[in-house]
Amino acid sequence: MAAAAASGVGCAGAKHPWRFLTVDEARTLAAICDQIIPEDEDPGAVWAGVVNYIDRQLCGPLEGLRDAYRNGIAAVESSSRTLYGVAFAPLAAAQQVELLTLMEQGRAPAESWPQISSHEFFNLLIDQTMQGFYGDPRHGGNRDGVSWKMLGIPYPPIRGRLHFDIGNIKPAPPTTT
Amino acid sequence: MALKHVNAVVIGAGAGGGIVAKELATAGLSVVLLERGQWNTPFDDRKDDLRNQRTTVLGNAFGPDDERNPRVVVDEDGRERIVKPSDGAYNNNAACVGGGTVSYGAMAWRLMEKDFCLRSTYGTVEGSTLDDWPISYRDLEPYYEKAEWEVGVSGDDSNNIFKAPRKRPLPMPPLPPNREYQILKPAAQRLGFHPFDIPMLRNSVPYNGRAACMRCRWCVGFACEVDAKNGTQNTAIPKALASGNCELRTDCIVKEILTDAQGRVRGVAYFDSKPHLHEQTADLVVVSGSANESARLLLNSKSRMFPNGIGNRHDWVGRNLQGHAYTGAVGLFDFECYDDLGPGAGIAICDFNHGNKGLVGGGMLANEFIRLPYQFVGWRGPGVPRWGRAHKQHMRQFYRRSMGVMGPVQEMPVFESRVQVDPSVKDYWGIPVVRLSGHRHPNDQLVAKLLSSKAELWLKEAGAKTTWTFLPGTGLSGGQHQAGTCRMGNDPQTSVVDKFCRVHDVDNLYVIDGSVHVTNGGFNPVLTIMAIAYYASDNLVKLWRKS
Repeated sequence: MAAAAASGVGCAGAKHPWRFLTVDEARTLAAICDQIIPEDEDPGAVWAGVVNYIDRQLCGPLEGLRDAYRNGIAAVESSSRTLYGVAFAPLAAAQQVELLTLMEQGRAPAESWPQISSHEFFNLLIDQTMQGFYGDPRHGGNRDGVSWKMLGIPYPPIRGRLHFDIGNIKPAPPTTT
Repeated sequence: MALKHVNAVVIGAGAGGGIVAKELATAGLSVVLLERGQWNTPFDDRKDDLRNQRTTVLGNAFGPDDERNPRVVVDEDGRERIVKPSDGAYNNNAACVGGGTVSYGAMAWRLMEKDFCLRSTYGTVEGSTLDDWPISYRDLEPYYEKAEWEVGVSGDDSNNIFKAPRKRPLPMPPLPPNREYQILKPAAQRLGFHPFDIPMLRNSVPYNGRAACMRCRWCVGFACEVDAKNGTQNTAIPKALASGNCELRTDCIVKEILTDAQGRVRGVAYFDSKPHLHEQTADLVVVSGSANESARLLLNSKSRMFPNGIGNRHDWVGRNLQGHAYTGAVGLFDFECYDDLGPGAGIAICDFNHGNKGLVGGGMLANEFIRLPYQFVGWRGPGVPRWGRAHKQHMRQFYRRSMGVMGPVQEMPVFESRVQVDPSVKDYWGIPVVRLSGHRHPNDQLVAKLLSSKAELWLKEAGAKTTWTFLPGTGLSGGQHQAGTCRMGNDPQTSVVDKFCRVHDVDNLYVIDGSVHVTNGGFNPVLTIMAIAYYASDNLVKLWRKS
C-alpha cells in the first residue's frame, strides 16, 4: 500500500521496478550497502532490502535527499572509473572497500564530486543503510526482521512482557481529589 | 461570529497548560484551552522506531509538522540556518494535546532544596545569570505531592538519602527490577552510592481507572498503547473537559496576545485549522507554550505600551534558555544485561547532584531506557568502525550485552542563550519564528566530565569490560527539557514573572510552564513544571475569588 501510494509522488515511471532509482543506480547502491553491512553468518544489507528502504524513503520523508543520491551515486561511479577503470558494482570487494574508505575520509577523486562532497554522501549512505537494516520492516528494509533476530530480540515484536505477576501487588489507594 | 468571552484562555495543552486548565475549570472559571497540535492517540502513532520523539529520521511524530514550522538557528560561529522540527538543532519539544508528556520517558523528579537557591549555595558564577528562585522547595512541596497523586507516580525514593523531605510517599510501588537494575544496584552499593527506584509518571499497578505498565520496549519516545504512562492528556485535560467549563480547541496557533489602551490583556488572536483568524477575549491569559514558544509569543505581542513585546520592558524575555547537557557512559559486558523489559530505566543515584568539589551543581545518574536497534548503531566503543564487518559484529555481540548510565547536567543560565523572533523568517501563518542563539556555560562541561566519570566507574564496578564516556557539546541547549526564558523573580528588572508566575507589569497575564524556571535542576523537569502549574493555579484561583 505504502509503496503504491509513494510511487505517485513524482517518482520514476513503471519501466523498471524502482520508484526513484534507475536500474543502474540501484545496482551501484546495492554494492555499496552490502559493503556497509556485509553478509556473514547473517544476511547483509541487500538481502534485507536496504535498497528498497532507501528508494521508498526517497519518495517519502527523505525526498529532500533525491539530488544527493542521484549526484552521489553518479560520483561513486565516476570515482570508480577514474581509479579502477570500471563501474563500482563489478569491482572486487577490496577495491569497493578502498573507495568507500576514501569517501569516508573525504579523499575520493575531487573532480568526480562537483555537487556533493564524498564525505557528506558517505555519511548519508551510512545513516540510511543502518536505518534500512536495523529499522522496522514496515519501512521497507529489515526483511523478516532479520537484523532484530540477529541482535536477539524477539520478532515479531512482543507487545508487553508481563514476566511478573503484578496482579499480586495490591492496587494503590484512590487519589484524594 | 464573535467568540463568546471567557474567563481564561490557556495557550498550550502540555504539562503546564493542561494542569492550569483543569485547576481553573474545576474552580468554576470558563476556560478555552488552545493547542497548536492535535489530540494524538497511540493508534495514530503506532510504535514507529524511525519516527518518534527520540528518533526523527523519518519525521516528527508528535508535532509540529516539518512543512509549516521553521525556526532559525544561529550556531556558535554566527552562521545561521533555517531548520525543521525533525532536525535536532530545532530544539523541539512537542506540539500535541499532552505536549511532551505523551511520549516522554516520564521520570518524575522533585528538585532538591539547594536547587532553588544555587546562588546562595555556591555564590555568583562568572558568565552566568545564576540566581536563587523567589520560592523555596517548601513552597512547592504540597504541589509536588499533588502532582504525584493526581497525575500518578510510581517508584520508591526512600533510599535516596539526598532527597528533599516529603510528607507523603509515592502513590504506587516501583515496577519490579529489570536485569540492568539487578546488576547495577549491588555495584552502586559497593561503591558507596545510594541507589533507589526512579519515580516515574507510569502506572506500576492499576491507578486512576487505567491499566498498569505492560513492560514493553516501546516506551520513551512513544505514546503508550495501554495508557499506563501518565501525562496531562489522560489525567488533567479529561478532568478539565469533564467539568463542563473547559473547551479544548486543537489545531489552533496563537498569533499574539491582545492588550487594551491601559496595557491590560484582553484576549488573544489565533488561527484555526482553516486557517481563519479569530479573536478570543478573556479576563486573563495563561501562556503555557514551553520555553521556546512562550517567549516567542510574548515577543510577537507588540503594542504601543509594549513595543518590544509584552513583559519585555527590560529585555529579559527569551533570555537564559536552558535545557540539559546529557552526559554519561556506556559499558560493554561479557554477559547479557538486556531482558527486553521496559521501560528500561529504573535505578538512579543522586550522590553527585551537589557537593562536587570545585564545581557548581551536578546531576543525577540513571540507567538508560531501552535502546531500539537503530539507536544502538551509534554506541560504538573506541576503535569500532562505523561500518563493515567489524561494526556488524559489534552490533551482534553487544546489543544485549551493554548498558548505559546517563544524567542531565544542571546547566548554568547564560544571558546570551536566548529565544528571539527572527526579523525575516515567518511560519505558514505569517508569524515571525523563533530564532535561537547562544552557548552553554563552561561549568556544564566540567560537571559533565565528573558525572560521566562516575557513570563509567559504576559500569566498571558492575563488570563492564570496555567503557567509554559521552560528553555534551558546547552549543545551545533547549530541546525537550527547555526552560528559563521567562524567569521568575522578585525584581522586575531581572525577571519576567513574579513568584506566582504573573507577568510583572500586566496583572492579568501569566506564564506557567518551564519558562519560569530560574534554574532547571540536575533532573528531568516535568514534575516541577506540573507542581508549579498547581501552585500558580492555586494562587490564581484565590485571587479570582477575592476580586
